[in-house]
Amino acid sequence: MIDTTSTRGTPESTLRNEEPARQPPAGVAAPRVSIAVDDTRQSRAITSVKAQVENLNFYYGQNRALKNLSIPIADKQVTALIGPSGCGKSTFLRCFNRMHDLQPDTRYEGSITLHPDNINLVGSGIDPIEVRMRIGMVFQKPNPFPKTIFENVAYGLRLRGVRNRATLAEEVEKALRGAALWDEVKDRLQDSALALSGGQMQRLCIARALATTPEILLFDEPTSALDPIATAKIEELISTLRDQVTVLIVTHNMQQAARVSDYTAFMYLGELIEFDEAAKIFTNPSKKATEDYITGRYG
Amino acid sequence: MASTAATKSNDLVSRSGLRYRKIRDRIVETFLLAAGLVAVFTTLAIVVILLTESAAFFDHVSLKDFLTDTMWTPLFADAHYGILPLVAGTLTTTIVALIVAVPVGTIIAIYLSEFASHRLRETVKPILELLGAVPTVVYGYFALTAVTPLLQMLMPELPGFNMLSAGLVIGLMIVPYVASVSEDAMRAVPRYMREGSYAMGATRLQTALRVVVPGAFSGLAAAFILGISRAVGETMVVAIAAGMQPNFTFDPREQAATITAYIVQVSLGDLPHGSIGYQSIFAAGLVLMLITLIFNVIGFSLTRKFREAY
Amino acid sequence: MATANVPDYLNPDSIRTGLSRRKMLDQVFVIVGLVLMFACLGILAVLFMNLVLDGSERFGWDFFTNFPSRRAERAGILGAWVGTSLIMLVTAFCAVPVGVAAAIYLEEYAPKNWFTAIIEINVTNLAGVPSIVYGLLALGLFVYQFGLGQSIAAAGLTLALLILPIVIVATRESIRAVPKSIREAAYGLGATRWEVTKDHVLPYSTGGILTGMILGLSRAIGETAPIITIGALSFIAFLPSSPITSEFPFISFQWLSDPFTAMPIQMFNWVSRPDQAFQANAAAAGAILLGMTLLMNAVAIWIRYRFRKKINW
Repeated sequence: MIDTTSTRGTPESTLRNEEPARQPPAGVAAPRVSIAVDDTRQSRAITSVKAQVENLNFYYGQNRALKNLSIPIADKQVTALIGPSGCGKSTFLRCFNRMHDLQPDTRYEGSITLHPDNINLVGSGIDPIEVRMRIGMVFQKPNPFPKTIFENVAYGLRLRGVRNRATLAEEVEKALRGAALWDEVKDRLQDSALALSGGQMQRLCIARALATTPEILLFDEPTSALDPIATAKIEELISTLRDQVTVLIVTHNMQQAARVSDYTAFMYLGELIEFDEAAKIFTNPSKKATEDYITGRYG
Repeated sequence: MASTAATKSNDLVSRSGLRYRKIRDRIVETFLLAAGLVAVFTTLAIVVILLTESAAFFDHVSLKDFLTDTMWTPLFADAHYGILPLVAGTLTTTIVALIVAVPVGTIIAIYLSEFASHRLRETVKPILELLGAVPTVVYGYFALTAVTPLLQMLMPELPGFNMLSAGLVIGLMIVPYVASVSEDAMRAVPRYMREGSYAMGATRLQTALRVVVPGAFSGLAAAFILGISRAVGETMVVAIAAGMQPNFTFDPREQAATITAYIVQVSLGDLPHGSIGYQSIFAAGLVLMLITLIFNVIGFSLTRKFREAY
Repeated sequence: MATANVPDYLNPDSIRTGLSRRKMLDQVFVIVGLVLMFACLGILAVLFMNLVLDGSERFGWDFFTNFPSRRAERAGILGAWVGTSLIMLVTAFCAVPVGVAAAIYLEEYAPKNWFTAIIEINVTNLAGVPSIVYGLLALGLFVYQFGLGQSIAAAGLTLALLILPIVIVATRESIRAVPKSIREAAYGLGATRWEVTKDHVLPYSTGGILTGMILGLSRAIGETAPIITIGALSFIAFLPSSPITSEFPFISFQWLSDPFTAMPIQMFNWVSRPDQAFQANAAAAGAILLGMTLLMNAVAIWIRYRFRKKINW
């Protein structure tokens, strides 16, 4: 037998006995901060914060699903959320555009402050519909509407009252180009979106979200229903999106997180265990639990 | 609010547009709720109308006479107001209907659920449902002009109006209903229960009768009870084929009026609003409503039970 | 031999004979099931043929253009089919919007509480109320309380209430078939509840809603008891007033308050005549009525099939 027992330890007990999740350094709350990093390694500090999560708790009825999360979301960067199934990463993601408000008996505590407006996305005085108009989302399974390709992308703009045909056409093209789909569909914009392949559908959903120029784009395991080639295209696309939009992505695939993200948060049982730049998390995590997870010891 | 002071970073988010859209949402919701309430008001209106008119009826007629007198002759000079003959007629036709519908409906349901191929089932079910869609007045014609003469060949002394013919046709009418609810219940029995039985060497029929039918028992009971409720409320077949003369008998070969047939008979005449005859149909309707309500409540709670069971 | 000590039920020979008997019973059941099923379908065919044959001598242009008459061979269904068409117009116009709206409310808006539960219980129970009770409701409420009298409006409203549960149940079913992911996509773009409903949920469930509407109307078209209860006249030798007039504003609603007769009423009237000659009229009217019902059901089945094929989530 290979000697694994010594390093394996007992991840469950390690996690339970861990001191409360690491709080971000004191300076993080301000819009411009830099995370303390190990200067011996090449690193990118957070120079501009798009959203600041502060002591976020989320409840389904009596059940506390998220516990005191605090984390900065870097502007025009990709932040990945990883962790085992049921750790709350999708729940956390859905707080950003208030999708939980569609279910009864849910409650937020704490804040997600969106910069530069300084509005609290989960504040009770903020309209969830306004939040969703500013924060886009791409879902696990491609979910295009059974309408034409053009109408899918134009839908968000139509909701916002855009009627001018030329403007619509222009914005739709821009969004489709942004989602690297334009060349494949430019000749069949009036075809049903349901005729596309799975990967194309997912890029269409990305274009649909991009058309309304969201401030943050949320991805909830966007490639879990796709084949490896389609997945590679989406990953490449996410990397390029960072130029125009802040990206927050949930993934159960650690290689994917390592490939696409600038910053990575590891969650477990509704708590934030560790948050750092991706390079550090995947090469030199500071928590034993993170290391156990990324090396595949559990989860 | 912090947001009011801050600069807007997304000019596609128009707050005034959003306010308009939200107001429109509230207005629409109010309309939709009002539509939902129509169902509640309909029930309330049925209850109120039946109760107030019946109350006027019971000012003239004692409840004791109503429930014990064996004659129902509200329109005669010598008026009697005993509901029993009408209830007897209703029960008799219902029982005849059930004798047809329960075995036939159950056997068809077992066949469709346990034996038939997917394709046969999907083809036959909609056609079977057409049987339930035939207008009841057409069934009445069928009972009077086809079924009764056929029965008279077997029983020469059978009168032209009789409850047997009406009951048989009502039975035929509710077969698709009984079959469809029963089949739903049997298909809700999980596959592992059937597999357990097959693994012991049971045949399809043994599995169906000893595992599936007991497993779906509450659903089958619901199908029968809902079938009863339909048979009790059926009007045109009995009005056409069983006659409209109240007759206190349980012999299906005789002619007799049911509760529903009496209401039709009075409606065909020209009764002044507010007369005792007018009020009597509401009293009869109240009895009918109570009978069907009891069966419906039991039936629906049983269907809920089989949906939850697995 | 070992078989001597084995109980009979384990003896291979008796297992085989027992098994073949059990398999025979299976075969017998299959035959019984098939026979009963096809007997039911056969009766439907016999029923239709019976009507067509009995009524064959009446079919003809005159039958559609004549009013009822004391002479059976001259009596027609002009008043009846016009009346039925106008009643169906009122019924559809009332039941479809209200039914669809109620279904949308219950599926998309209603919170899970006792109040919603009351509405749901009411819809379920109304589906089981005998049709003649709707007639009594209409007699007490529409005819006398609202003073609508024995009019087309009263009949149309009565049948609308009667088919409301059918429309609601069918609409709810098709709304429920729209996957949650589609709703989430629209909400995720910032749509309001009504926008999600009108842009997505309703368009994608049109097939089911149409099916429910046609099935409801096919039920209403044959309903006799509630219309008799409100006291519809059976002998009417004139038409309701025309909805289109030659003078401004060219549309008239006078017909709503006119007395009427309808197909099932006319048929019932002829069935209950002692004179045998009128049985042919009844059969001919019944054949037309049954033909209409079967046609509507066939269309509903076809629509359901078409839409199921078109949208495949």
